[in-house]
Amino acid sequence: MDRFVWTSGLLEINETLVIQQRGVRIYDGEEKIKFDAGTLLLSTHRLIWRDQKNHECCMAIPLSQIVFIEEQAAGIGKSAKIVVHLHPAPPNKEPGPFQSSKNSYIKLSFKEHGQIEPGRVRAVGIVGIERKLEEKRKETDKNISEAFEDLSKLMIKAKEMVELSKSIANKIKEKQGDITEDETIRFKSYLLSMGIANPVTRETYGSGTQYHMQLAKQLAGILQAPLEERGGIMSLTEVYCLVNRARGMELLSPEDLVNACKMLEVLKLPLRLRVFDSGVMVIELQSHKEEEMVASALETVSEKGSLTSEEFAKLVGMSVLLAKERLLLAEKMGHLCRDDSVEGLRFYPNLFMTQS
Amino acid sequence: MAMSFEWPWQYRFPPFFTLQPNVDTRQKQLAAWCSLVLSFCRLHKQSSMTVMEAQESPLFNNVKLQRKLPVESIQIVLEELRKKGNLEWLDKNKSSFLIMWRRPEEWGKLIYQWVSRSGQNNSVFTLYELTSGEDTEGEEFHGLDEATLLRALQALQQEHKAEIITLSDGRGVKFF
Repeated sequence: MDRFVWTSGLLEINETLVIQQRGVRIYDGEEKIKFDAGTLLLSTHRLIWRDQKNHECCMAIPLSQIVFIEEQAAGIGKSAKIVVHLHPAPPNKEPGPFQSSKNSYIKLSFKEHGQIEPGRVRAVGIVGIERKLEEKRKETDKNISEAFEDLSKLMIKAKEMVELSKSIANKIKEKQGDITEDETIRFKSYLLSMGIANPVTRETYGSGTQYHMQLAKQLAGILQAPLEERGGIMSLTEVYCLVNRARGMELLSPEDLVNACKMLEVLKLPLRLRVFDSGVMVIELQSHKEEEMVASALETVSEKGSLTSEEFAKLVGMSVLLAKERLLLAEKMGHLCRDDSVEGLRFYPNLFMTQS
Repeated sequence: MAMSFEWPWQYRFPPFFTLQPNVDTRQKQLAAWCSLVLSFCRLHKQSSMTVMEAQESPLFNNVKLQRKLPVESIQIVLEELRKKGNLEWLDKNKSSFLIMWRRPEEWGKLIYQWVSRSGQNNSVFTLYELTSGEDTEGEEFHGLDEATLLRALQALQQEHKAEIITLSDGRGVKFF
């Protein structure tokens, strides 16, 4: 405590204030002294302490006198402190509050909020950011866990739904006499849009052709109505989406679907798989005659002079994929010819054959 | 040389300028193209052409319709003409060709018929006399280009009905 010198507190030329803090108490080593409430100022040159009650009482230590600073954590009944270790006072030191002291360090305690950490002034900010990030991470974790909780609940409900539809389907089976085949299939298709009943699974029937045969029979029942709605023909991708959307669980792989569809004709079911020259695969009703559709396609094209696949699809109300296949088939059969230019691909009635 | 050439209906039909994938349709299409090329060349008195010229010529490029036959398809048409005997490549690279709206054999027949009719068998003619002489005015082969004439006479030569000979001022032919 003998290192301090009295000072007016005025800053010298080139000296600037870094930070100041009120409510600071000074200890001489471990001893409490009368300087218990003051404003501590840290400048570029000195550490200054001014008594809050008596502004005349102002003292300072040049920073060059400071050996090092350490933090002392708060304890029971003790506040956190900063310990400032000091060099011995120079012999020609100016007068200060103490002539001599047995301690080579002082302590500073802070009554009011905040704490100066000389040299680490910005640390408070960084700690704050780190704290915020930690909080955010914990929040995210919590949200995810909660979300999965909901999903578990949903899975339980879904299982109940499947059980319910299974039992309805069984009841339908039992009451076969009272309900017509037609109605049964229709009801099954309603179930289909909600959640399929009795999904044929690999566990029940094993893999291999037995499985595919059973699957084929099931598909025939499911697809009848949708096919009729769509003019008797659907692309295999449409079928895949329809069937799997309804299944929900126990999804069909593309391979299983294709293999099952290959069995349709063999099993003499009312639908068949057809592969066009382009490789596009479709399911058609046995009753559907694509070749006959070609004749009507020719009429449509003739009426309009010429059509692209997109224009034709729009006119007829078909998907562009199937529309294109129909036009290509018409071309193959010699009813249409093509105009392929930068403007796109257009189909014309085949005048090469019909005109002189 | 804007003649009043009558384009066939196909020329105004956009699919005409797309090579048709359907085999039967393509056959009809190519037949129409061959016929068009020959009548076009006949009217424009064009006996030879390069492929480059052909691409830009109104023959394969219908500007009004905004359609042109792609060069690969032009090659296919020319090959058809060659197979039929109406076209002969003038170079190894197949960049220029001789186009004969009548096959050399047909020309040969016409020439020989005239020779016989006018009782001039065993006579000798210069090539010039045949194509540009007074006596042949009014004959179809009057004004025929030399390249085609030569091939016509070669065809007759094959049949032993004529012999191409060398005269003091060029080539000539003796008919039997």
